[in-house]
Amino acid sequence: MSDNGVIFSTEALNLWYGKNQALKNINVNIKMQKVTAIIGPSGCGKSTFLKVLNRMVDLVPNVKYTGSVNLQGHNIFDENINLVNLRTRVGMVFQKPNPFPKSIFENVAFGPRIHGKHKKSELNELVEKSLRQAALWDEVKDRLNEPGLSLSGGQQQRLCIARTLANEPEVILMDEPTSALDPAATSRIEDLVRSLRKHYNIIIVTHNMQQAGRVSDETFFFLNGELIETDRTEVIFTNPKDNRTEEYITGRFG
Amino acid sequence: MAKLDEADFYKIQVQKQPAVGTSSRKMQDDLTQQSIKSNLGNFILEKFFLICGMLSIFVLLLILYFLLKNSWPALQEVRISEFIFGQRWMPSSPNPGFGALPLILGSIIITVGALLMAVPWSLAAAVYLGEAAPRLIREILKPVIEVLEIFPSVVLGFIALVVVGPFIARVFNLSSGLIGLTGAIVLAIMALPTIISISEDALNSVPKDYKEAAIALGATNWETARYVSIPAASSGIVAAVMLGFGRVVGETMAVLMAAGNALDMPLKEILNIPVPTLMQSMRTLTATIAIEASDVPWGSTHYHALFVIGVVLFVITFLVNLVSDIMLSRFQEVNRND
Amino acid sequence: MTEMERNLRNKKIAEKVYFSMCGLFMILTIAVLFWILYDVASKGYSTINWTFLTDRPREQMTAGGIWPAIVGTFYVASLTIIISVPVGITSAIYLNEYASKGTLVRVIRLSIRNLSGVPSIVYGLFGLGLFAATLGLGTSLISAALTLSIMSLPWVITASEEALKAVPQSFREGGLALGATKWQMIRQLVLPNAISGMATGSILALARATGETAPIILTGAAFFLPALPTSLSDRFMAMPYHLYILATQHMSPAQVRPIAYATALVLIAMVMGLNMVAIIWRYQIRKKQTW
Repeated sequence: MSDNGVIFSTEALNLWYGKNQALKNINVNIKMQKVTAIIGPSGCGKSTFLKVLNRMVDLVPNVKYTGSVNLQGHNIFDENINLVNLRTRVGMVFQKPNPFPKSIFENVAFGPRIHGKHKKSELNELVEKSLRQAALWDEVKDRLNEPGLSLSGGQQQRLCIARTLANEPEVILMDEPTSALDPAATSRIEDLVRSLRKHYNIIIVTHNMQQAGRVSDETFFFLNGELIETDRTEVIFTNPKDNRTEEYITGRFG
Repeated sequence: MAKLDEADFYKIQVQKQPAVGTSSRKMQDDLTQQSIKSNLGNFILEKFFLICGMLSIFVLLLILYFLLKNSWPALQEVRISEFIFGQRWMPSSPNPGFGALPLILGSIIITVGALLMAVPWSLAAAVYLGEAAPRLIREILKPVIEVLEIFPSVVLGFIALVVVGPFIARVFNLSSGLIGLTGAIVLAIMALPTIISISEDALNSVPKDYKEAAIALGATNWETARYVSIPAASSGIVAAVMLGFGRVVGETMAVLMAAGNALDMPLKEILNIPVPTLMQSMRTLTATIAIEASDVPWGSTHYHALFVIGVVLFVITFLVNLVSDIMLSRFQEVNRND
Repeated sequence: MTEMERNLRNKKIAEKVYFSMCGLFMILTIAVLFWILYDVASKGYSTINWTFLTDRPREQMTAGGIWPAIVGTFYVASLTIIISVPVGITSAIYLNEYASKGTLVRVIRLSIRNLSGVPSIVYGLFGLGLFAATLGLGTSLISAALTLSIMSLPWVITASEEALKAVPQSFREGGLALGATKWQMIRQLVLPNAISGMATGSILALARATGETAPIILTGAAFFLPALPTSLSDRFMAMPYHLYILATQHMSPAQVRPIAYATALVLIAMVMGLNMVAIIWRYQIRKKQTW
């Protein structure tokens, strides 16, 4: 499966929060080495779908799911899936920047450390590399020992991205990563996403259609827990097949 | 820290470049790879925390079991009816009496007396704190009330003994001021912080919309408190009163030092009808245990009889807590739905 | 003045009157507290001096000091905290981090609340029956400390849980999303940020345990001991019990009244001092907290 350029494929994915069905029969392939944007009105299940991919959705009480999600030949719902390794491979960036109350260095080194990297030189190198990749290095290289929480909102979010990169993941999930940021910080994150697409599979949930248009190659449109349409981004935005997609794109609801 | 220049950085990038393709092999392996050592570690850790978490249940049951087990021999020797209705408590005399009625009445009368004082007092204070006090004053007063809550009861008992008692004796012209009333006054003071803080919490958690709606209709703050906040918080307030009751009925040192500890029935004949009175020396269930348990011979009927009193106290406070708990959770539920 | 204006004015007056009455009760509450403090302080301070704090009671407690009682209280309270804090914290970690909502957790919480409502004298009786009599520990320091530990367990659990709840959920999510195991997440992200809250809660529990009298009367506090306890199986003198004895059991209560007042003052100072430390520390933490 890893050969046909697909990173994730879901089959008959259904998910309930208690009695509330949040995802309805999702069958989709997510392509490798692409930025995939997930759009839709709030409450449509787009964040839920994202959280399924690294099983963070397990943290929600009363959650139930059926079907399968294949990550390169493994159904991640299988009982013998090692969640620690899954989440190391499939990193996540949250809606609100959530740096740990530690220094900038320790924030980035957190992932490598818990996975057993303790050599100082190795960590130094990895932290610098990750911060450079997250386009934060120049801003923080002289104050790596200051608390991560002392950074501005946009810097905090790039720190969180660097933290995820330090784990050298295959996939980065981004859950509306710019919704808490101002326009300038948002555009820096978007630049970053574009620069990271070469080396990582990125799946980004956004409520901002322009953002989806700017950063993504593929776009999925969710509505009321259903996956309505998937296509290349320019096709979705210029020539959607489903008229519900068109209505959303043209701003008639949501 | 080793400085990486741009070239080094890209070298790392280049090394990393094929990651998407090749390390997928690695991923296939480690996705289902389970480390037995860490799994076992986590399993043991989780069970350890589970056991510690369940400790409270275990302790509660252990207390109940122990009280019951130790009271059983006394219950076999002395009929329950004698315990409840007998009027002579003389467990260590050669002709022992195990009638706990004077003690039960003593506890009831002092508790009722204390609550009659404490409930209106603390509700008024809670209404002030929750509805009228400016924010700053509330922030200052709340820790002060917390201080009163952890005030050692033996100090309050001491004050009752040396200040309140003589004062009561003077006012009512008695030879000794160590009577039920003195005990009730001290217990009322001890119940204040409990009732005030829980009712104030209840008043505070009444949704703001209710209050705003009332104010918008032209009600004054007082009317809003009287007709909106207090009724809406009523189950929380009832729970507060019950917890105050639990605190009062279980309190030992203060009442032991204040109420005189006489073993007579705390009743006064008025027109030949015995009426409960606060105006004489009396002893509570808790004080009885405190006085007698430290020098009772272990294993004697007297020893076991004290455990019967313990069971009674345990059951009373258990029920009080259970009911107030149900009321509080219902109260929170209702307010959450709003 | 129109009917309506008069009506409104009357309502405003009524509001003032009612709220003033309520405020009066609040003032009364505070007045009682400060009056007690003033009474104890004014009558107790003149007896307190270095000898009083460091000498043992002499001449049937009519002279000398309260050193053994201070030490005894210090011992029993410290032992109590050493026993109850680790257990209470693990219990709170289970409830807040591991347990999923369900019947078991409801029963555990109900038990905790019920434990905190059990009268202290019943704990004393239980400790006497279990630790002193059945387990053969006798009336001793360890029996009293175990009894007080069980009694303070619900306080410690509640305070620790509060501290854990104050740690933002986003730290936990962030940690797990980076592939931390649950324990790594708790150990490295939750506990370091909850520990000072737990400490202040434990200090408050310590303050309450310091003032408790009823349980230790039954399980190990002694009327009078010339020497300090040297082992866990020794009996001990304690401040609250000493005050009780001076106040009620002494043959010439009037003669020892100043000593009783001074003992009460030292006891209050200990309890309130600990309480103050906890409150100030809590305030400092909140001020420093950036999240």
